[in-house]
Order: sequence, then structure tokens, then C-alpha cells
Amino acid sequence: MVSSARLLSDPMTPRFLEVRRVIHETTDTVTLQLIDPHAHGFKPGQFNMLYLFGGGEVAISISGEPANASRLEHTIRAVGSVTKPLAAIRRGAMVGVRGPFGSAWPLEEAARRGSDLLLIAGGIGLAPLRPVIYEVHGNRSRYGRMSLLYGARNPADLLYAKEVVRWQCPPTDVRTIVDHGDLQWRGRIGVLTDLLSEVNFDPAKTIALMCGPEVMMRFAERELSRRGMAAENIFISLERNMKCAVGFCGHCMIGGSFICKDGPIFHYSDIAPFFGIREL
Amino acid sequence: MVVAAELRRLLLNANLDALIKALAEAGFKVVGPRIKEGAIVYDEIRTHRDLPVGWTDIQRPGSYRLQKRDDDAVFGFAVGPHSWKKYLHPPTLRLWSAERGGDGQVTVCAEDGEVPRLALLGVRACELAAIGIQDKVLTGGATIDPHYARRRSNLFIIAVNCMVAGGTCFCVSMNTGPEVRGGYDLALTELLDESGHAFLIESGSEAGTEILRRIPTEVARDQQINAAADVVAKTAEQMGRAMETAGIKDLLYANLEHERWDDVAKRCLGCTNCTMVCPTCFCTTVEDHLDLSGNRAERVRQWDSCFTLDFTHLHGGSIRTSLKSRYRQWMTHKLASWIDQFGSSGCVGCGRCITWCPVGIDITEEVAAIRASDPRSKSTSSA
Repeated sequence: MVSSARLLSDPMTPRFLEVRRVIHETTDTVTLQLIDPHAHGFKPGQFNMLYLFGGGEVAISISGEPANASRLEHTIRAVGSVTKPLAAIRRGAMVGVRGPFGSAWPLEEAARRGSDLLLIAGGIGLAPLRPVIYEVHGNRSRYGRMSLLYGARNPADLLYAKEVVRWQCPPTDVRTIVDHGDLQWRGRIGVLTDLLSEVNFDPAKTIALMCGPEVMMRFAERELSRRGMAAENIFISLERNMKCAVGFCGHCMIGGSFICKDGPIFHYSDIAPFFGIREL
Repeated sequence: MVVAAELRRLLLNANLDALIKALAEAGFKVVGPRIKEGAIVYDEIRTHRDLPVGWTDIQRPGSYRLQKRDDDAVFGFAVGPHSWKKYLHPPTLRLWSAERGGDGQVTVCAEDGEVPRLALLGVRACELAAIGIQDKVLTGGATIDPHYARRRSNLFIIAVNCMVAGGTCFCVSMNTGPEVRGGYDLALTELLDESGHAFLIESGSEAGTEILRRIPTEVARDQQINAAADVVAKTAEQMGRAMETAGIKDLLYANLEHERWDDVAKRCLGCTNCTMVCPTCFCTTVEDHLDLSGNRAERVRQWDSCFTLDFTHLHGGSIRTSLKSRYRQWMTHKLASWIDQFGSSGCVGCGRCITWCPVGIDITEEVAAIRASDPRSKSTSSA
């Protein structure tokens, strides 16, 4: 019934990788750099399950360079019982890794169609979009224009602050906005849809990639739709509780989809009937 | 044809032990129905005396009682609270253990040892359908659950055609029973009347034929073959419950905000019984354990239920905080999104979720209530 070749690799068993660097991004967020000598690569948008020895496991998007998969990066916000100790881990420690899992942003399609890319990120939602930026910048001629609209609560919560400044270089257009400014902040204050209403894009040849709080994505989708973008050109990354990451545990279901294997990246048109229904 | 003659034989009740013995001699651990703690559950079977000879079960929504029959029927009951998934997809299973050495390096030891070769004695048609559904869920996709696959590939299945319909059964409407249709190694139909007590025994695989050859059987006469067909026909007629499945996926998807969910939430206790007794519910969680030295860890997988608040926990809280949303998730998954995911309904009509619900919520009644007040049908009927 089951071929032995398919049985050989156990998707439920982690491999252990050494932490090479811990980069403190903000007060509650770190990027862990792991060394993965046997990396098989990953696609932008995919995630890994990170396991803390004896302390639980959590799904985290891969936020590093796809072209340099042996340096595996994950950006982790310390909010839960696993992410708090994981974010406090030191260089040289071992972290269990299963993955990569899930679907990817449609970059091959974007390159083939010569589409422009509109990246919409809220808070830690920038992490799964960072590999897209690396990929586009590393292969600039394959892609059209790229705009990144990035919103955070406070200036101190902005991720990859130095890199974000470097990314701003035509034909890449980067705009940031915060909910609340501080004494040093000279940028925009407001919500992400404010940026969306003033950015120029051609709805017929642009693909939107969104990741952030669901309420933000709902408003962003409404604005994109108002500007004439078709639902099939909008892609969103979703998040739910996950235990297995391969479609067996049932925790990450939304409507008919398993976020772990059918997502986390969805065509908005596929998820639209279920998105926005409370407590689904 | 020599082979055909061997495919269908008559096994006298007096020789039922020979079948159990032949399976044990072939290296199988035989598990089947037996009475424990006031219910018919699945456990190890060593002789036919372990089986619930002369007993039946009286089932109603929220009620299950054993009762003496006035004959010695071996399989004269419906299904109990256990399903075979406890053997194939164990309630608790260690997935792996890991050890951290003095140098900080971690060695992982996956749980891939021998599993017992099981012979399941007394698998009903709905249960065969349920095993088929779990096969699809756990081994039919791009990733295979190696733990399930190992247990499944070792299996010997002795199916039984139902001679009584339980009080909460609705397999006929789910098109899964009461007659077994393939997927077994051997199939039994119990024949019990003034003329005697025997089983029509049919083989459905080479392994089944092999066992059949080793036990004393007689030629099955036409009269007995016809009597066996009557058994399932009579059971089908007895069935007092049905679920209307036409267009059920669209019905439930179109009614995610139906007021019936509020109504059922007032009755539902969120106890998880329905998901535990369901033969197709597959959800699990994991627990990570660490010993006192801090250097030995293990991960244990256990059955979980979409009725717990914890099930959808994400930073900041749960997605499905209300019982309404959790009942809706269970029922729409079972009857609607399962079709999108695995190409069939997740319900086989065994009736366990109805019997074992402490407040007697009846899934067929809930579907009927939504169907009766489906706003889409109102608009079409008024046209």
C-alpha cells in the first residue's frame, strides 16, 4: 500500500542546527541565524518548525536569503511560551528544525509575466517577505518594479531598520508608516492603507503580496480591490496554530484549507469566502 | 473453478475458535469486541468466549445500554464507543526521543520499532469505510504518516456484515453499509436460526484465502448464501435514521452564519466525546517532555479535539473562543470541507457521536435543521 521510499524520511523528526548569530532587531524580536550544512534550499514564503530542546515547537517563516540557504534565518517575536525562550537563546546552542513546509510567494509566475510587485507588510509580517526582496534584488533583471509598504506600531518596532533604508533604491520603492511616532520620528504616521492610497501601481500588471495582522490585510484587500486589482492577483500569508506542519494534526484549518500544506501563502480568491468570518 | 469455491465457505459457530487460533498461529494478535465496563469495546481476543456472545446494545441519542439477547449471536450488536483507529492511529504515541550530550550535540532517535501484526475481528462496513478515509488522510497525500502506515500495512481484517442496525446508525444514507464491499481479508455473515448457527465466510484477499484454507469449513449452499443476503437487507430496513447528503457541502458553506449554530451551542458541552468516538476524526496535538537532568527530551503525540479552547491558540488568544464556532468547525469539516480536502465525506454514519454525546446532539438532526431553513432554498421555492 505504501512504498518504502516514501516512508524513509520522517517529517515529524527534527534535525538539530547550531545558532551562529542572534541579531537583536527590536526590544522583543530577534533574528536567529542557524547553520544548515545540508540545506536543500527553500522558497520565499515557506516556514520551518523550530523546536527548543524539551520546550516545545513553533512555526516560524524563513526570513533569510534564498540564495544562501545554509545560513538559515528566522525572525522571532517573543510573545508565547515557546517564542520567549527561543528568542532568549544564545549563540552556539542547538535548535531543532523541521521543514521547509508550505507554499511560496508566486515569484516564478511574476517573473514569467513580467509583473510589478507590491509588497504590503504589517509588523512581523515583513519577515516572510524579506526573502522576496533578496530574491528580486539578487536577480533584478527578471522582475518588474517593486514597492514595499511597511507599517509598524512604533518606530522602535520597525524590523531590519538599516536594511530597509538600503532597499530604497529605484526601481524599488520603499515606504514606511507607524501608528504612533516618537520624538525622533520624521516619517509618516497613520495606518498602512494610507500608504496604499497614495502609491502608484498598474492594477493590470501588478501582483500584491500581503502579510500582517488579518484586520490590516482585510482593509488592504478592500483598497486594492477598489483600485481595480483582481482577487487572483492578490496573495496573502496566513497564520494559525500548528502542531505537525504536514496536514495531519488539523489545528491550522481555515475553511477547506490546511494553512500548513495548502498555505501559508494563498491566492486571495481561494480564501475569500472564509476570510473575515468571525472565529472560523 | 477451484479458487471460487474457496472464496465462499460455511464456518460453523463451533469452529469459530479455529479461526482465532489460525490467526494467532499466523503471527497475528487478534483484537475484537468484548464486554468491559458496561460497554462493548475492542480488546485482545483469545477464544470465542471473549466475544460478547448473546449480548446486544440499545442505543439512543445520549444513551447506551447492554442487554441480553434471547439467542447466542456473536455479533448481535452495533458498534461501541471504541473504533479501530485506536490501533492504527494510537491515542498516545511517542514520536521520538532525543539526548543532549556534554558537547551540546543532540542525538534524535525516531520511534520506528516493530509494531504488532494485528488481526481486527469484527470490522463493520462503516468501520471499513472509516479506515479507508483515514488511509486517505494519513497516507494519501504528499507526506505520509509513517506511524500510521506501519500499523496499517501489517493489518489483517475480518469484516462482519451487520445483523442489527443500532439505534443511532445511518450508514445506508452515507452509502457505507450495512454490507461490507471489499477492503477486507475475510468477511463473515452470521446465520442463526432453528437449523443452526454458522457464518458465511468469504475471502477478499490472498492472505484471507490462505487463512480460510487452514480452518475447517463446509460448502456454502445456495440457501445459506441467500440467507446471508437477507441479513444485510433486513438490517438496512431496520435503520431508523438518515442524513440527507445532497449538496451538503454547499449547504454548510452557505450557512456558516446560520442561527442554528447558536442553538446547538446552547446544548453542546464542548466535552470532545464526539471527536474521541468518531472513527475518522484524526486531529492530534503534541507534548514535549524533558526529564529532570534536562538532557533527555521526547515528543508525544496524542488525540486532540477541535472542541477545546486550546486547539486554535495563537499569540494573544484562541481563534475559536465560542462553542458555536467550535461545533461549526467540527460539523462543517466532517460533512463539507472534508470533501474539498479528501474527496469524500468524513462521516460514515456509524452513529457514535449521537450515542456518546452526553446531551444527545444528533448530527443528522442538525443538518436537517439547517437544510429546513436554508435561505437559498427559500428564495428558490418562493420563485
